[in-house]
Order: sequence, then C-alpha cells, then structure tokens
Amino acid sequence: MKEKKIKSSAEHVIRLRGIKKLYQMGQQQVAALDGIDLDIKRGEFAALMGPSGSGKSTLMNILGCLDRPTCGSYELEGREVAHLSDDELALTRNRHIGFVFQNFNLLSRISSLDNVALPLIYAGIGARERRKRAMHFLDTVGLADRAEHMPNELSGGQRQRVAIARALVNEPEIIMADEPTGNLDTKSTREIMDIFQKLHGTGRTIILVTHEPEIAVCANRQLLVRDGVITRDEGKGVVLDVV
Amino acid sequence: MAFTALYANKLRSLLTMLGIIIGVGAVIAMVSVGMGVRSNVQESIASLGSNMLIVSPGSSNRGGPRGAAGSMQTLKYDDAKAIQAKIKNIDFVSPSVSGSYQVVNGNQNWNTSVQGVTPEYMDIKSLTVESGSFITNDNMNKRDRVAVIGATVAENLFGAENPVGRNIRVNNQPFRVIGLLESKGQSSMGQDQDDVVIIPLTTAQERMLGITYVQSVSVQVSDAMYMDQVQNDIEVLLRQRHRIIGDNEDDFHVRNLTSLMETMNQTTTMITLLLGSVAGISLIVGGIGIMNIMMVSVTERTREIGIRKALGATFNNIMMQFLIESVVIGVIGGIIGIAVGCGLSYAIAGVGGFTTVITLAPILISFTFSVGIGLLFGILPARKAARLDPIEALRYE
Repeated sequence: MKEKKIKSSAEHVIRLRGIKKLYQMGQQQVAALDGIDLDIKRGEFAALMGPSGSGKSTLMNILGCLDRPTCGSYELEGREVAHLSDDELALTRNRHIGFVFQNFNLLSRISSLDNVALPLIYAGIGARERRKRAMHFLDTVGLADRAEHMPNELSGGQRQRVAIARALVNEPEIIMADEPTGNLDTKSTREIMDIFQKLHGTGRTIILVTHEPEIAVCANRQLLVRDGVITRDEGKGVVLDVV
Repeated sequence: MAFTALYANKLRSLLTMLGIIIGVGAVIAMVSVGMGVRSNVQESIASLGSNMLIVSPGSSNRGGPRGAAGSMQTLKYDDAKAIQAKIKNIDFVSPSVSGSYQVVNGNQNWNTSVQGVTPEYMDIKSLTVESGSFITNDNMNKRDRVAVIGATVAENLFGAENPVGRNIRVNNQPFRVIGLLESKGQSSMGQDQDDVVIIPLTTAQERMLGITYVQSVSVQVSDAMYMDQVQNDIEVLLRQRHRIIGDNEDDFHVRNLTSLMETMNQTTTMITLLLGSVAGISLIVGGIGIMNIMMVSVTERTREIGIRKALGATFNNIMMQFLIESVVIGVIGGIIGIAVGCGLSYAIAGVGGFTTVITLAPILISFTFSVGIGLLFGILPARKAARLDPIEALRYE
C-alpha cells in the first residue's frame, strides 16, 4: 500500500475553537452546537458519541466540511475552512476527507470499481489512472474480485468495504465514518472494525460517529457530545507510533 | 456518465426524446411539403415559358356593363408583327387564338382545345415534334388546313397508329395531320399539356373562328434584365398603334410572369412558414417535455447528487452532468427526428402524391434548435440539482 507521508510534527489535523451552530426556530434561537473546542492530532482514532439530538450529527457535518458553523474557527491542516464557499468546501472534502456512511451511499447504477473511482473524477484525474487507483484500493479492502459487480449484487459488509475503498481512494488526511456498522450484522461489523483498526495502524486519522459503546471502544479516544457541548473526552492524545 | 444515466432509464429517455423526435420530424416533413408546393408553382410558371410577357386585349368598357378581360377585339396580328419588328431585346413573338372543337377521325371523336399559332409558338413553349413537322410560314401564308396534334389527341383518335399524314376533321373541316408533338405530360397545375390540336393562326382566324383579332400575344424577352424595359416599350407602341392618348385607359394588358412568380413565391413561402411554425411549436412542447423529465430525474436522484457533492463535486460538476444529459437527449432525439422527418416526407410524396423537397436548411435549423432546446430547458433542472444542499440531499429518501 502506497503510504502517505506522515508529517513528523505532532501538529493538529483538526483544530476547532468556539464553534457554534445556531438555528432559528420560530421566535427562538436554538444552539445545536454551543461553543466547541476540539483538537484532533494526526493519526488519532476518535469516536464521537452522544444521544440523538445532542448535536453530534451537526458537529460531524461541520468536521466533514458539509456545513459551515455560525461562528468560531475551524482549522483543517492549518487552513481556516469555517467560512469557505460551497465550491471551496466541495474541493476541501474531495482532497482532505473520505466519507463512510451508515447506508453505504453507493451509486446503484455503476459498478463497485466506478463507485470507488468517483472522487477521482472530481479531483480531475484521467480515466486510466482512476481505474488503476480504484483497483488498488478495492484490493486493499479485499474486494478486487468484485470490481465489476453492481452494489446490489454485494452483501452489506461488502458494500461497506467498497465505501471504505472509495473513502481512501483520494488519500485524504481524515476518514469520517458515520455509524458505519449501523446497518450491519455482527460478523460484518467485526470485519469493518478490523479494517478501521488496520487503517489506524497505518497512521490514518479516523473520526467515528457511533452510539454503540462497544464500537466506540475500538477507538483510542472517546468524545461525548451532549446539548451541543463536549462533556467527556477520554484517551486524549493517544497516537499509535507510526513505523 | 450521461449515457450511463440515460441508458439506465431507457424507456423514460426514449419517451423524453419522443417530443423532440416528433418536433424535428414535423418541422422537416412540413417544410418539405411547403417547399414541394413552391417548386411545383415555380415549375409550372417556368413551363409557361421563361422571361415571358403576355399581351392580351383589355376589357370592353363601352357603355354600362363591362366585358371580361380579353373581350375587346383590338389586338391584331399586325400588332404582334410590329412588336417583333420595332422592339429590341425580344427573341420571339407569338400571337395566338384558341377555341374548343370536336375533332373526328373515322368513328372516333374527341373534344379538345384548338390553338391557332405562328411557327414561333414551338420555341416559346419549348415544344418538340416527335414525328412529322411543325407549322411553317408557308402554311401560315396559304391558310393551309394542317394540324399538329398532341399525344392525348393522337391516342384518342388513332390509338397506336401513326397519325402523321392522316386526315382529321376539326369542326367538320378536313385537316391533314403534319406532326405529332412529343408528350409533355401533365402540367403541375393539373392540365394535360398533350390534349391539344395546333393549327396555323391564319387558318384558325379566317377558316374556323371568322375573326380578325388575336386573343393573346406571347413575347419572349431575351434576358430577364430587359423585362421592365420591353414591357414599357410594348405599352408605348401599342398605345401609339391603337391611338390611345392622354389618360385614356389601355385597351390591352401586358402581364409579366415574373410578378406572377413573385406573388406565388410569397404565397408558398407563407404556407411553408405556417406549416413550419406549427411544427416548431411541437418542438417547443418537446423541450418542455425534456424539462419535465429532467426535473423528475433531479428529484429522483437527489440522493445521488448528495453523494456526488459529498465526494467533492462542485456546482459546475453537477450542472454539467445534468446539462449534458439533456443535450444528449436533444442530440439523439434530433438525429432520430431528422430520419423520421425525411422518411415522413418520402412517405407523403409516395402515398399522398405530393411533391416534397427536402432541403438542408430546415434539417440544420431544427437540429440546432433541438440541441438548443435540450440546453435551454436543461438549465433549470440542472441548476436545481447543482444548488442542492449536500446534507439535505444525503438525508433524502
């Protein structure tokens, strides 16, 4: 596997300061996020937990550059991204963030290989190179022999592995996984978590959103969000040594 | 990418294209019918003779009720001779009279138009003699009872036999057939041009009709550029000869076939435009069909758009994807429409017996139009897709 060069300094990949997200509900202003400060180091494997309505999803969307905070500062790779335009955010997602969703979110009309290659289209990479890289990452998740299969011909676990390959294909700094095992049986859950731990082992930064404590323990750091603030932060700063 | 999406919804794509197919097809077929009518008219006018002026007597206006045009008896053979002699830039002058008579050979008879003409008539009408000869000046001078007959007349009187040298009776007077005209077939106005008997003008005037005037004089001008000048010269000459002075009305008309042709062209252009615009409306309706389906497609694929945006697709990426799809519909629909239109126009020509003329212009215009419509009506749905919020779109079920 081609490794991304890990910067030697233990700088923070993500640095949130005073992030607030306010929604107007009729006359009232409701704060989905009410002042979040958070640093995530390179190579960390963090689990984001919290009951529904806690602001966990909102935080996830902001971290994933799908949404902008109302106020506060978000530095991704040392670059301020809190107030970028839609297209700049799209570019940032494409280059720096790989998504894995609960319901896989694969395009059903194209093959696994084409699904994996999708982010590369928007990165402006040529067709031949796209195929090559997509094939490489399908191989990484052990699905090279399923390259030409349509997503609906695959099992849930296999689909999620295709989705992980897609998240990896543009070699982003951060993998964002939103309830990646929520729709899977125990055996597939095991497989998927193994893959995440292997990825962590190769020095990737992973943010995992889950409400299951037994999944959260796979991560090195557990964050609990409640009423728009982080109420608990355990295992902070544990980074696996990268050889 | 666009093709994959269209192929995945084969039936829907085809139905969307149907609007464009019908639109483009209708434009091409309708315009080809219009152009066919136009070429028919042009041909029929051209077959009357090119660069032709027709001098005919005016209507009588002596006392109370006026007569029909041509009812005056003032136009003479000598007028025709004077035109020939005194006016420049003229190729042929052919005075003529005509009447309808019963023509008999043995126990066969036929009613037909009998034309009294001079030898120039052959050149002016571009007639060809299949066998025998045409009327000569000698026939004219001697007022010979000779006739040149058309194919329809020959068939009805003689069947398959060669009529040349045989005798027929026209209005109970014996005539010798000296020539058989080559068949010209039906004129585009629906007139049988072979149903005619041609005899010398002098014979017709004196031995048949008992008149001294002519009913019309055809003048062929050597070049289209002299038309107006020659027309003017003829008018001046005839006013002089007929001693018409001051503001008195002419007792003749000089008609110009080019002005007739212009009028006819204008009319047929109007017909073509009318047919084309009716068809054009269906093209626009087809475009609205594209917009409809693309709107549905955007809604249906909200989730796909969300995924693509999450993976880094920008506004332009999504916009282009949907625009290309609708343009592809326009292009493919346009191509099929051209084929359908051409086929339809051949079918109209074959089954309906219309003349249709397929020209490049409506094909190019309607094709460009269909692509443009794909683009234009694709913009709205494409914008809608490109502006979707990725979070909302991902949440869409």
